[in-house]
Amino acid sequence: MTSVTETAAVRSRPRAGFSLSGFERLIVPALVIAGWELFARSGYLPVSLLPAPSAVLHALADWVIGLDETTQSYSGHWHRDALASALRVFAGFGLASVVGILAGVGIGWSRLIEKGLEPTLQMLRPIPPVSWIPLAIIWFGIADKPAIFLVFLGAFFPVLMNAIHGAKTVDRNLVRAGAMMGASQRQLLTSIVFPAALPSIFAGLRIAIGSAWMLTVTAEMVAVKSGLGYVLWDSYYFLRYDIVIAAMISIGLLGYLSDLGIKAIMGRVLRWQLGMTVQGN
Amino acid sequence: MAAIELRNIVKTFSDPKRGRELLTLDHIDLDIEANDFVCLLGPSGCGKSTLLNIVAGFEHPTSGVARVDGRIIDRPGSDRGVVFQQPTLMPWLTVIDNVAFHLRLKGVPKHERRARAREFIELVGLTGFEHHHPSELSGGMNQRVGIARALLMNPRVILMDEPFAALDAQTKLEMQEELVAIWQRHRCTIIFVTHSVDEALVLGNKIVIMTRRPGRIRDCVDFDMPRPRDITSPAFNDTKRHVLRLIREESTRIVHVS
Repeated sequence: MTSVTETAAVRSRPRAGFSLSGFERLIVPALVIAGWELFARSGYLPVSLLPAPSAVLHALADWVIGLDETTQSYSGHWHRDALASALRVFAGFGLASVVGILAGVGIGWSRLIEKGLEPTLQMLRPIPPVSWIPLAIIWFGIADKPAIFLVFLGAFFPVLMNAIHGAKTVDRNLVRAGAMMGASQRQLLTSIVFPAALPSIFAGLRIAIGSAWMLTVTAEMVAVKSGLGYVLWDSYYFLRYDIVIAAMISIGLLGYLSDLGIKAIMGRVLRWQLGMTVQGN
Repeated sequence: MAAIELRNIVKTFSDPKRGRELLTLDHIDLDIEANDFVCLLGPSGCGKSTLLNIVAGFEHPTSGVARVDGRIIDRPGSDRGVVFQQPTLMPWLTVIDNVAFHLRLKGVPKHERRARAREFIELVGLTGFEHHHPSELSGGMNQRVGIARALLMNPRVILMDEPFAALDAQTKLEMQEELVAIWQRHRCTIIFVTHSVDEALVLGNKIVIMTRRPGRIRDCVDFDMPRPRDITSPAFNDTKRHVLRLIREESTRIVHVS
């Protein structure tokens, strides 16, 4: 009898700890929002300059499900704008991941590829992706392509740098062990260097997804006529700061969700790391 | 013909910081017969690991020739199984996939390679841990996986670079006994690098004593004491005394020179 109670007590402990920390997490955001609401309603600043959280929420709700058309032509069209941005992010990010991983692992593994490719890439790297906007527009026009191009540039270098690092820091003895077991050069690359570089590659992918959202929004402000960034910039022209903030929240939320997605994939692929790092506990 | 022949092996490493060459191995001549259990005994930094790496094909001699079964060694290969000082397992693979890695490289179908791997996992006493990752096992268990992985390739030669150095005394004794049992059953040639006189005498039937850097072969002692060896017996201690004297002469000689 006692043993049953004990087991139950042991089992419930971590859950209690989790709900407590979940509650603690909400304290700071709740205080910030409450303070903002009070400040906005105090009349210290004109309502049009600093919309209250309630107004932002209203605009966001109307934009998402179409309540009373406070967001005018955007009312009920959030999914269309979000989808437009998300598709650009994933096209550019996907392209950057594939090219970045291939080039990075190649550079990290082979001296020849390193000598051939690295100086050029390292010279392109310090150029801010945003400064490519003029060329992107004259090359690709005003549409999806320049945005995807910019997203690619922003996501490519974090993936590349981390893939290079991952491939370069592979334990030399693992490669020796592979050679001892009769692996060809190609097998060493695919069966040892690539999996060993994966933790580093995922670190790069997580940085890259953040850059990807940043650049999609930037591109949409200048070179595209749709998406969350376009709504944000367009609302700024019409002095609708509630919609501007609603757009900012949407971008933050989608960026956060994409990072969670990558983290979930990472958790599955790098399951072997569980118990190796503090994070694994 | 000896299973492994080392002829006039010289190895120098360049030391770019000081702009000179460092002589690590100085004219090593050694013949190892098939099914010998050879222990390379020497102080740290004497080049015994370098010599092992040359036989493994990881390093190339600056001059001289190394042959296994008459063929010149120019690269690593699955005819020479290596057990590293650290287990050196693929951390992303489970025990069974680590042991079967050689078969995966050869394209053997999954069920077949897993069946083969199970045999060797049983041999090193790890049945029940097939689906654990290396990070979930102790150092001694991982080292057993490393041994199983080397044995599965059915190599002519097994090269071991202080594989038990990181283990506690008790685990080390167990592993040494198991290794001897495996060697007796499998009939393969083993080169085992160690800096411990006791370990060399427990394991080897041929003890090769190396000098301090630059590494030379000081002496070879044949030791055919029957197994299991009683490490407190007079016969064991006589040989131990002899080996220790050879080592001591070596170190006093260095002191006189310097």
